[in-house]
Amino acid sequence: MLTLIAILVDGLIYSSYLFMVAVGLTVIFGVMKILNVTHGSFYAFGAYMSATLVGIYYQTDLPEFGGFLAIFGAALVVGLFFGVVLERGLLRFLYHRDEHTIVLATFAMFLVLEDVLLMIWGTDPYYATEPMGLLGFIDYEALSYDLYRLSFIALAIVVGLGLWLGLTRTKWGKILLAVIFDREISQAMGINVTVVFLVTFVIGSILGALGGAYIAPTISVSPGIGVEVIVLAFAVVVIGGMGSIPGAMIGSLLVGISRAAAVHKFPEIELFVIYAIMAAVLAFRPEGLFAPAQARKI
Amino acid sequence: MNIMKRSGRVALLATGLAAAIGFTAGAATAAETVVMAVPTFLTGAGAPAFGVPARNGAEVIIEAINKGTLPAPYDKSGKGLAGRQIEALIYDESGGGVKQVAEFRNKVQKQGVDLFVGYISSGTCAAITPVAEELKMLTIFPICGTPRIFEEINTTPKYVFRTMGHATADGVAEALYVKANMADVKGYTGINQNYAWGQDSWRDFDLAMKQLMPAVPASDKAQWPKIFSGQYGAEISALMLSEEPLVHSSLWGGDLEAFIFQGSARGLFRKKKLLFSVADTSVYRLGKKVPTGVILGARGPYGIFAANVDTPLNNWFRKVYIDRYSTPPVGGSYQAAQGVLAAKFAYDKAAAANGGKFPSTDQVIAALEGATYQGIAAEVHMNRSNGHQAATIHQIGILEWDKDAGEPIMTKVATFPADCVMPPPGVNGTEWLKGGMKGAKC
Repeated sequence: MLTLIAILVDGLIYSSYLFMVAVGLTVIFGVMKILNVTHGSFYAFGAYMSATLVGIYYQTDLPEFGGFLAIFGAALVVGLFFGVVLERGLLRFLYHRDEHTIVLATFAMFLVLEDVLLMIWGTDPYYATEPMGLLGFIDYEALSYDLYRLSFIALAIVVGLGLWLGLTRTKWGKILLAVIFDREISQAMGINVTVVFLVTFVIGSILGALGGAYIAPTISVSPGIGVEVIVLAFAVVVIGGMGSIPGAMIGSLLVGISRAAAVHKFPEIELFVIYAIMAAVLAFRPEGLFAPAQARKI
Repeated sequence: MNIMKRSGRVALLATGLAAAIGFTAGAATAAETVVMAVPTFLTGAGAPAFGVPARNGAEVIIEAINKGTLPAPYDKSGKGLAGRQIEALIYDESGGGVKQVAEFRNKVQKQGVDLFVGYISSGTCAAITPVAEELKMLTIFPICGTPRIFEEINTTPKYVFRTMGHATADGVAEALYVKANMADVKGYTGINQNYAWGQDSWRDFDLAMKQLMPAVPASDKAQWPKIFSGQYGAEISALMLSEEPLVHSSLWGGDLEAFIFQGSARGLFRKKKLLFSVADTSVYRLGKKVPTGVILGARGPYGIFAANVDTPLNNWFRKVYIDRYSTPPVGGSYQAAQGVLAAKFAYDKAAAANGGKFPSTDQVIAALEGATYQGIAAEVHMNRSNGHQAATIHQIGILEWDKDAGEPIMTKVATFPADCVMPPPGVNGTEWLKGGMKGAKC
């Protein structure tokens, strides 16, 4: 019974982590049809900025819980900056090019940003563990869980719910859905697609940076973290269906729970779980579990 | 060799060298230099824990060799390698085996490298070994740990050397330490990265435990997280639920540090006894964040274990390193320096045997094969695998925090002779472990 509880809790925490790193990627793809490899850089910059700001914050005498503001502030700063600069400075010149070209451009930018990151922060790891220590932990029989990692679940729910409400209950959301459905007709109907693209890319960037910024207190923020994350994020997005937010959520849950079950029952196959699920989904449903229906233009 | 081409290449290399090591290019002519390639992780996840400390350690030694300022026992050996200045070509090891093999060929065939001292990843060393032999290029591996290099990939090496013990020594030393200090332990489990290093480490520790403490059961649910996964929530829960009180781990770098952060936040270190194979890479950086009381190794007598080794060479190395980099040298720093010292020792010895003339590669190889030379922290015996594999003493201890000094220290340190933890010459490590470690001189 205790193992079952552990699988569920561990699975939910890991699913929340996966959802946070994948949702920005799927939002951008859903609206702009761009497979944004730079997402890994948003995550990495978010983590580095968070570790830096949290470190600075805890050198002051300000209230301890204010460190969380530094985390969200880091995500906002990084997401806004890179979102605007990349969309206005690079992507808008490529919208008329085919998708492969844009993927290559974002991959190139990812490599450039990896080096920029090294130039700014160097190769030394950064730590920002104070927020994790602040929240303490809870014991349940032989298990202990720190509340900070449990808060991943809450954050993922807030992000997921916020996106769902934003898309379905607001005028902006309906505009986005219209653009997702058909970019050209939306433009013909008077929607400023340029602004929609910019706002979408910035939101996606902030979400990517938020993933890194919030994870930062639990890890050693060091070179290469963006590479690992982009692979995971792609896998989740492919399983759920490219561009589908519910798909990202279900894909995250599927992978997270399966991985936790593997760790507890068959640890030697943990490495393959995520790819086995991806292979199985692609074999039977190549477009992913929740990919929006594609209209064929004839 | 075409002198014109060589001169251009020297200028190019020297430019990089001047930036990296801080001494001027052009001091030596092409005929008076030895081009030493030093591949190490300068980017990616391997850089902070191993790559950059290794580069720093190599830089300190290379600069001292060139200036002739090494202390005893190298204080009378003159400048450079057999009198020639080293041109260090330090470059990034990232990118995997295929890329590194291409880089190796490029450095040999187009950039005129004379020898390699480097490579950290076991995977890269495995890929480079046959190519180095094919190209007849003197190659010294100072750090990578997989025993497969000379036990499977090339059992009769000529051009490839390794100047530190391999993973079998780690596993045996750890098991011996557990036997001596935790005789009543009820079982053990592990968390090791799911790739060559993690698998070899767990296999050797497990095999050694089965020989030394056969009544102590191993868990059948040892954890195998993906390398660089960074998230260990489920693994920590599984370890907490396991019945075994001892946890073996060869995690390193960012993975190790993330595991420590996440495990500490959940009280794992209060519930289990952790044994870390290579945690010395993190103890200075993390300071008090590393829980005290953990059993810790550094893959030999390096890093924090060498903090109190009172020899002129070690005292000098630590002082120069700390002055320059504002942090004490860790295992990788020592190991890289030890690899460069092997070249210094071999070139000088070969030159002496050659009547003072600069030696050929074959003469350098002959000088290093089977030799014993002084490393920074301990003597290095090149007495395994036809004189190409080193054996050194090995140390394991318990990490504590020195409140007065404000730094981590090792306590209850056990020192194991090389012939106790390394398989005898000519014997495969795994077979040696399975056969009861016959011939071990402990």
